[in-house]
Amino acid sequence: MKRVTIGEFEELCLLMVGVLYEDAYGVSVKDEIKNRTGRDVTISSIHSTLVRLEKKGLLKSYMGGANEIRGGRAKRIFEMTATGKQAINEARDLRNQLYTDIPKLVWEK
Amino acid sequence: MGEMNKQQPPKWINKILDWYCKEEYVGEIYGDLMELYDRWLEEGKFKANAKYVLNAILFMRLYNSRFNSGQNSNKIDMFKNYFKIGYRNLLRNKVYSAINISGLTVGMAITMFIGLWIKAELSYNTSHDNYDRIAQVIQHKTYNGDIRTNEAVPFPIGDELETKYGDYFKHVVMTGWTYDHILSHQNLRIIKKGNYMDVQAPDLLSLEMIKGTRAGLIDPHSILISESTAQSLFGDSDAMGQVMEVDNELTVKVTGIYKDLPSNSSFSDLHFIVPWDLYVSSYAWVTSAKERQAWDENSYQLFVQISDLATMADVSERIKNVKYDRLEENQKYSKPEMFLHPMSDWHLRSNWENGVKTGGLIQYVWLFGIIGIFVLTLACVNFMNLSTARSEKRAKEVGIRKSFGTLKRQLVQQFLCESLLVVFLAFLLAICLVAFITPYVGTMIGYEMDLPLNDLYFWLISIVFISITGFLAGSYPALYLSSLKPIKALKGTFKVGKTAVVFRRALVVFQFSVSVLLIIGTIVVLEQIQYTKDRPLGYNKDGVITIELSTSDFEGKYNLLRNELISSGGIVDMTESSSPMTQVENTNGGFSWQGKDPGFKPSFSIIYVTHDYGNTVNWELAKGRDFSRDISTDSTAYILNEAAVKYMGMENPVGQNMKWGRNDHKIIGVVKNMLMESPSKPVRPTIYIIDYIHNTNYITLKLNPDQSVRTSLGQVESVLNDIAPKVPFNPIFVDQEYSKKFEAEERVASLAGIFSILAIFISCLGLFGLASFVAEQRRKEIGIRKVLGATLLNLWKMLTSEFVVLVILSCLIASPIAYYALSSWLDNYEYHISISWWFFVVATISALAITLFTVSFHSIRAAKMNPAKSLRTE
Repeated sequence: MKRVTIGEFEELCLLMVGVLYEDAYGVSVKDEIKNRTGRDVTISSIHSTLVRLEKKGLLKSYMGGANEIRGGRAKRIFEMTATGKQAINEARDLRNQLYTDIPKLVWEK
Repeated sequence: MGEMNKQQPPKWINKILDWYCKEEYVGEIYGDLMELYDRWLEEGKFKANAKYVLNAILFMRLYNSRFNSGQNSNKIDMFKNYFKIGYRNLLRNKVYSAINISGLTVGMAITMFIGLWIKAELSYNTSHDNYDRIAQVIQHKTYNGDIRTNEAVPFPIGDELETKYGDYFKHVVMTGWTYDHILSHQNLRIIKKGNYMDVQAPDLLSLEMIKGTRAGLIDPHSILISESTAQSLFGDSDAMGQVMEVDNELTVKVTGIYKDLPSNSSFSDLHFIVPWDLYVSSYAWVTSAKERQAWDENSYQLFVQISDLATMADVSERIKNVKYDRLEENQKYSKPEMFLHPMSDWHLRSNWENGVKTGGLIQYVWLFGIIGIFVLTLACVNFMNLSTARSEKRAKEVGIRKSFGTLKRQLVQQFLCESLLVVFLAFLLAICLVAFITPYVGTMIGYEMDLPLNDLYFWLISIVFISITGFLAGSYPALYLSSLKPIKALKGTFKVGKTAVVFRRALVVFQFSVSVLLIIGTIVVLEQIQYTKDRPLGYNKDGVITIELSTSDFEGKYNLLRNELISSGGIVDMTESSSPMTQVENTNGGFSWQGKDPGFKPSFSIIYVTHDYGNTVNWELAKGRDFSRDISTDSTAYILNEAAVKYMGMENPVGQNMKWGRNDHKIIGVVKNMLMESPSKPVRPTIYIIDYIHNTNYITLKLNPDQSVRTSLGQVESVLNDIAPKVPFNPIFVDQEYSKKFEAEERVASLAGIFSILAIFISCLGLFGLASFVAEQRRKEIGIRKVLGATLLNLWKMLTSEFVVLVILSCLIASPIAYYALSSWLDNYEYHISISWWFFVVATISALAITLFTVSFHSIRAAKMNPAKSLRTE
């Protein structure tokens, strides 16, 4: 299988889905990103990213949680797949490795 | 905020989402949007709706499109390719692109303007809640077979309608006339327009009350004032409950403040309302009209709101004879017929001719609407012309695409995409253009207009507008180019066909016909204005000012005032009269004279004047003499104008007697006609009568011509302040008032002028492009001709003659149409020019000159080229 690569924003969304655990859907991810990073992203970009991640096999989803405010419509709740977890682990390892490999001199300058 | 739950986002966008999105995602998308919508509502409904629509549109991406099956779609890529090729073509031929885009920009900008103007005109008065149920009761009266229509109605009609026909009306509101009054509070005096109205007026007008209630007029000593009046009279302090005076006579208390009516309302100058009952009890002539139940005196206005179930036509029919039935037998001769004039017609359809509604402003709405469409078509024609002319350059591309298996439908799509691209660019530029010049145009058309950039409907209409224009401009080139034969196109033997050339010529003829039509139109309108301006006035309006008297402060002080003013050096002479110099306010019947046909019911304009009238306005005596103080019988004498003499058919009027009712009046003089009303209508038969007391509402002054106007005004003001300190000084210059009579026509003239210049500009752009194309195409031919000895003049003639023939043909087509259209326009004016041949000659010559100028640039450049160069290429 082809190795799946993920972009910066995709990684952010993936992490948020992890953070939100059982309550990860479009609006909550949008709010979480706004709260944690200050980035105001349109709901449609979030949705398209989540759907893309699902197609890449990093996320899976099920329907649930309709209420009055949503006009009686269900949410699509996302959760991470094993591949997804692996992908953020790899990204993290790579980042840590690179961080530790930065020569000490860089910090002292 | 409890209503929040009921708020729903716009439905139409949901329908589009439904249509666009994959079924599996649609539910959650709605849910997410609704959740956010609920938050956005806190910023207001409008913003929430806008955000909802925007976000919904953003959701329409490829990944959730039901038309995207997951495989790579060739279609989308093809469309991308079309736009890319179109864009490259635009860049490659910068001159053609510039011509196309600038022509379309101008065309679209004009159409947008006209659209905005039409929208503004059509929405006139719609700010009143009951717009479609409000009407003014007005009457037709017949004099000698001539039906005249008048807004003035008799006093008792309001009560009559309320008591006898009450079921048909929700509100019946008698009013006076809206004009300047003096408002004062403590020592501050201002002049504002206002009116006396029945208690229901605020409901009828749906006034928006800032303070107080709409019931404020119930107390007879009350006043409702507009926000701006409150601001100028009371400043920042609270106006409610304050006591103030109207015309220094009526003491009233402020019981309400309403928001100023918008400038596109017929009541926009209504700055205060005083109760009708106060008017009736305070002024003797109104009280007496009430006591006498004067059905034959038309001096008031009546506005009604019909009840919810009634219809205008039905109510009109029922109240038809309400006045006629109450008149005395000897008053019935004019057969007055009352009817409703609906508010929706006030602004656009208020011209009457012999009892029939003949239109009004609506004619201009139509006229400019048509011109707008024409100008846009001209720009589209440029696009068509240049695209077909350049089709040889695109022929190879079409050939290759076709041999790769492109369907004809796809080629049509491609070229439509290109025209959409051009139109879209032009649209963006047009918006900038409109936004930039709207403020200037606003002053010219007498209207505040602005671009409704935050109105969703504006954008929707714009999208439709772009599509239609793109389709109009692109359809012919698309059909033409897509039907090229691939073999011919690729072999290089393709030549533009004959039909295309003929079509192109037809389009040029169309363009120039429209332009010539507009040129002739502009000339005729300008000539007509000049003609009416040149009419002899019959008096001297220079340095003459008028002051309207709304109070009795000057009563009985005529001689004092006149002497003081003259000795101050500010004026030459002073008079009082019943009408201002630019209007006639009284018309009366009931006159007879020796030799009058008994069946003839004459009516005359009556102007009450003082002895000094003639000297103040410098009228011109044709026969007889002016009024004289030394002859006591002059107080009952008449001076007629020439129109009156002609109307009566008198041979030697001076010295004869006229009867008005039972009284005898001697005619002592005849003056030349004085043009006081519409400059395009004949002067009405007029009688001048001496009167110092009852009817003289206007002071007219002839300023001292030997010193500056400012000095004179200063002297006049100080004298007036000494004699009547409570009256603010508000002089009106007669020459300025007079020039206002030409405003409507001058507006038409300037608009017609601008439209014709732009139409010519657009047509010339097209011609310029076409000429450059033709010159380039015939480069080799020109080279060979030059080698064989053709002179510059020969070549110039050869290249320009085609266009000259086309333009002459256009003039021949446009002239009869112009003649027909303009004759019927001129028929609106009783006093008008006749269309003469030189208008057409001037239009033809100027069109030809412009054409030659445009075309020669390229022809001369092509003819001057070195033949060695042009023949060497390839």
